[in-house]
Amino acid sequence: MIELSNLSVIFGRGTPLEKQALSGLDLKIETGSFVTVIGSNGAGKSTMLGVLAGDVIPTSGRVAIGGRDVTRITTAERAKYVARVFQDPLTGSCGALTIQENLALAAARGSRRGFGLAIGNSRRDEFRSRVAELKLGLENRMNDRMDLLSGGQRQALSLVMATLARSEVLLLDEHTAALDPGMAEFVMELTQSLVEKHKLTTMMVTHSMRQALDYGTRTVMLHGGKVILDVVGESRKNLTIEDLIEMFRKARGGETLDDDALLVS
Amino acid sequence: MSQIAFLGAVELGLVFAFVAIGVYLAFRILDFPDLTVDGSFPLGAAVAAVLIIAGWNPWLATAIAMAAGALAGLVTATLNVKFRILNLLASILTMIALFSVNLRVMGKPNVALINQDTMLSPFYGLGLPEFYVRPLFVAVLVLIALLLVWRFLASDLGLAMRATGANPRMARAQGVKTSLHIYLGMALSNALVALGGSLFAQTNGFADVTSGVGTIVVGLAAVIIGETLFHSRLIIWALIGCVVGSVLYRIAIQLALSSDILGLKASDLNLVTAVLVACALILPRLRRGRATA
Repeated sequence: MIELSNLSVIFGRGTPLEKQALSGLDLKIETGSFVTVIGSNGAGKSTMLGVLAGDVIPTSGRVAIGGRDVTRITTAERAKYVARVFQDPLTGSCGALTIQENLALAAARGSRRGFGLAIGNSRRDEFRSRVAELKLGLENRMNDRMDLLSGGQRQALSLVMATLARSEVLLLDEHTAALDPGMAEFVMELTQSLVEKHKLTTMMVTHSMRQALDYGTRTVMLHGGKVILDVVGESRKNLTIEDLIEMFRKARGGETLDDDALLVS
Repeated sequence: MSQIAFLGAVELGLVFAFVAIGVYLAFRILDFPDLTVDGSFPLGAAVAAVLIIAGWNPWLATAIAMAAGALAGLVTATLNVKFRILNLLASILTMIALFSVNLRVMGKPNVALINQDTMLSPFYGLGLPEFYVRPLFVAVLVLIALLLVWRFLASDLGLAMRATGANPRMARAQGVKTSLHIYLGMALSNALVALGGSLFAQTNGFADVTSGVGTIVVGLAAVIIGETLFHSRLIIWALIGCVVGSVLYRIAIQLALSSDILGLKASDLNLVTAVLVACALILPRLRRGRATA
């Protein structure tokens, strides 16, 4: 269970550039649910994800993961509960390390790192079989550096990395946005199957309304740093993209979609 | 170049291999441009020399010298991590502070270690001439240090340190406490440099407060020469490159200075160093340029 209570985040407080990114946001996520998050630019999606991950310390409010208050716990310490895939494949994996080393780094997330060899024989086999499941042929390139791979390959591996150690929530930050359509589709299908297989509680921020409705069990729309729409179950099943746009328009007080037209795709 | 001059160059190269490995850890693994080494090298020499003169066991004196170097690295890391001072500037601050510290430690600009028992003393009596014993002894220590550093970098902890330098954001997301690794890496790096300094004092028979000037350039030169020679992405080759680069650098300097045709004097050392490092930096770029053209 993930609980965000009355979260406010103000960037650049007291400066002319002051910006309220979240204003009293409340959200509870049940264990095992897969929440997709949409909203226009500046709605607070990334900030919310940052607050959950520990990158952003909220101005006020509370973040709890599995009943533990983690509001002021650093990103690194919180990593034992939080797995993440970033939007930019270059951020989520380490180009200077090999595929195998990246996996070893991720497998040790949440456990104590000691002087034991990072890549022993048993781990090597496990990593190889996990990578083979991707069917990208990368299991034969385990000693290749990550920066030799394409963005899509790196993103697929980032997903595998996120599932090597246990987590209480998986955060996906527009993780297909930087990929070509074919690869984006592949990564989304992979996400779906990994989330199901490992029964992961997941929060996925996306720019695509189609993704938001096609995947997951619940959809949340943010606007002005608050949750303005929250659909789950039957009502979500019957929801179309057109409905979503209409709701979006209403929520924004009849504003037109202009620059948000690309959300439809 | 005579055989003794050659072995002397090899010996000095091996002593500076510790510096090169330390510089490699800071610059390449942690991506931390650390100039502390110009202070921690003479610090190691000073601490070891003073303790040996005071009658301490030379091995213990060397261990304490390493601890002093680690402390210097921690000061730089603290200035950078805790007080957010730019890494390069933080290291310069520690470096100039260490100049005064080193003078305090020694009480004078240089101390002689003549007729003192050093780590090498027990090996002088084994029948080999001293100019063989010294490089052999240092070579064994370099080999041990190289294997330990290699093993460390292959561990979970070492991997986390490499990620800290290569992609700190990703490292934190994987639960790596990046600031802890900067402390750890800087301590390790400067401990190795101080070990080099203490061996320098023990093989040359003196410690001098100015012996640190340019240590960083020499260390970097060795790292870069090594990378140019073995351009492999594997850690083990990078570490071997540090050692080979350091020795080759000293031989090249010795050749340049002892060649009559060039007519160089010992005082031209810094110029020769700069030219060598510049060449080591330019050559791979030229090679790459030709490959892509």
